[in-house]
Amino acid sequence: MKTLDDGRDLLFVDRHVLQETTSAPAFEGLRRRGLRVRHPELTIATQDHIVSTEPGRTETTNPQGRELMTLMRRNSADNSIRHFGVEDPRQGIVHVIAPELGVALPGSVLACGDSHTSTAGGLGALGIGVGTSEVEHVLATQTLALARPRAMRIDFQGKLPQGVTAKDVILHAIGLFGIAAGQGHAIEYAGEAIRVLPVEARLTICNMSIEIGARLGLIAPDEATFAYLQGREFLPEQAVLDRAMASWRMLASDAGAGFDKELTVDCSKIAPQVTWGTTQEDVVGIDRPVPDVGAFTDAAQRDRATEAMRYMDVVPGKPLEGLPVDIAFIGSCTNARLSDLEAAAVVIEGRKVAAHVRAMVVPGSMSVKRAAEAKGLDKIFRAAGFEWRDAGCSMCVSINQDVVGPGKRCIATTNRNFENRQGPRSRTHLASPAMVAAAAVAGAITDVRKMIAS
Amino acid sequence: MKTPFQNFTGIAATMPAANINTDAIIPASFLRTAHADMGKGLFGLLRYDDEGKERPDFVLNREPFRRASILFAGENFGCGSSREAAAWALKQFGFKCVFAPSFADIFYENAFRNGVLAAVVAPEDLEALTALPPEGNVQPFFEVDLSAGTIARMDGTVVAFRIAASRRDALIRGDDEIDMTLKHADDIAAFHAEGLIARPWLHAPLTQKERS
Ligand code: SF4
Repeated sequence: MKTLDDGRDLLFVDRHVLQETTSAPAFEGLRRRGLRVRHPELTIATQDHIVSTEPGRTETTNPQGRELMTLMRRNSADNSIRHFGVEDPRQGIVHVIAPELGVALPGSVLACGDSHTSTAGGLGALGIGVGTSEVEHVLATQTLALARPRAMRIDFQGKLPQGVTAKDVILHAIGLFGIAAGQGHAIEYAGEAIRVLPVEARLTICNMSIEIGARLGLIAPDEATFAYLQGREFLPEQAVLDRAMASWRMLASDAGAGFDKELTVDCSKIAPQVTWGTTQEDVVGIDRPVPDVGAFTDAAQRDRATEAMRYMDVVPGKPLEGLPVDIAFIGSCTNARLSDLEAAAVVIEGRKVAAHVRAMVVPGSMSVKRAAEAKGLDKIFRAAGFEWRDAGCSMCVSINQDVVGPGKRCIATTNRNFENRQGPRSRTHLASPAMVAAAAVAGAITDVRKMIAS
Repeated sequence: MKTPFQNFTGIAATMPAANINTDAIIPASFLRTAHADMGKGLFGLLRYDDEGKERPDFVLNREPFRRASILFAGENFGCGSSREAAAWALKQFGFKCVFAPSFADIFYENAFRNGVLAAVVAPEDLEALTALPPEGNVQPFFEVDLSAGTIARMDGTVVAFRIAASRRDALIRGDDEIDMTLKHADDIAAFHAEGLIARPWLHAPLTQKERS
């Protein structure tokens, strides 16, 4: 809305989304200042990170998380903020519910105290992930001061091969460019491979912007976006929506913009991706071996890769295929929407989870869960031996009770394979829902393409 | 008003690895309550073993680095999760500044908001600072001068760090970002009022439709 003296832009925040683990001190700060929430009517809150995902859970099922959950509920009530708690049919992971409720809109500025807020970029929204002080800033002023990021564009060319998904595409890009490539940038994902992606897959791509180092990532909205939005719960009335659509169509046509950095990815040769190390750039196609340490010419990088291989207990130069897994986790704001569960269910149907594997599905929201049940997916998962749980972040961040366990190996549809991310000494391999489903059945990391072909 | 940043002399610890993420700086297992002891949780899973005992080889478990107030770090420091607890944990431990060749965007903002100086130092300058001087027995004391933008080692080695002038001045004055923004309250209100007419889909209250 205006440029500040120091050159930063003061942005009006059209939508503010709150979650329980990063907001409590922000409300405390607000009270200390004697301020009230400036625009509670533009704000929603949910409980997602620390909630239990036990089917039928309540706020007390995870006693450790009770304090933060209660605070979220109370702070919302005290400030007239809509709150979707564990009992609410709309509860779910912030980045899953903001799009599915029609809270995130093309061209909107959406802030959330969470680094994956760029997910909403899949609808053409400017999703800004912020820390708790900035949450307080938004609560108090409904604005954010942002240094204008440099512009980066990644052009995804070609057609995705069979068995290759949005998750594989973004992991592959991170592998090519590295986890810091987007630092200080806003990324536009473009190109023919992106244009044909359904909206939920676009959300997956934008979700992982932070994993390539960028706080912001987006895809220009198009007819697919507008179709996705139809009928969403918090959309404005039709007359207003018609005006909005007209303005969104203008947004999409803002081509010819200059970029500070332009990169290209050839999608036609991507294989399903799996990470072997402890950052997302440590990734290979399932048909390729883990790199040889000798392949790292830089000494510091070689040391880091060696340490990552030791932590993950993988062998340099050997393929990941065949490596037994203890846990197969389908969930998170990256890959727990209906289409993700469908993709996994196709692989699972008529098969059984290997005896030594704990396999679980944690839908991204309770709406996703209901939609999946309406299609009978729950039956497929359960019959195969998967746990069918309630919505939350769960094993993506393991701040609730769902942890992988020391030394255990997990293949997950999540976004972070950092050391200890899924609990102390956990080992995480990131992959697509189909690849996680395939590993659950095989009991080991495997190439899903062999399963869908047979 | 926040506490203004003052020049100081302190002990520096070095963690040269690139990409130290906020999960490593403050693991989720230390964040399950509203008032957790963040200083204790700093680098929790690197600092303590499974039984909660200190790992003797970790830098912050050694003297004199238990009293460190300066951190020399590697590239892309603070990547990953937006958790501001990373900045709180560093601050509560006693760190006043982090110097690295580059920072992740959200951590950089979080540090600044907490009056922790995060400033960019060229890799070769960081190396010059952290390499031991010839006699090898100089204590790891460094003087940080924010207005001059320099870090000086006691043997006379001085290097410059980079920070935007506006950020530097805000730290020195102890500006509070929310107070600063509230000075624009009238403009913000006017923008919203105008938006209600021009962009009602963004600015009108979120209202839910009948659930079918
Ligand atoms: S699912 Fe994982 S990445 Fe997404 S918001 Fe939750 S904890 Fe963060």
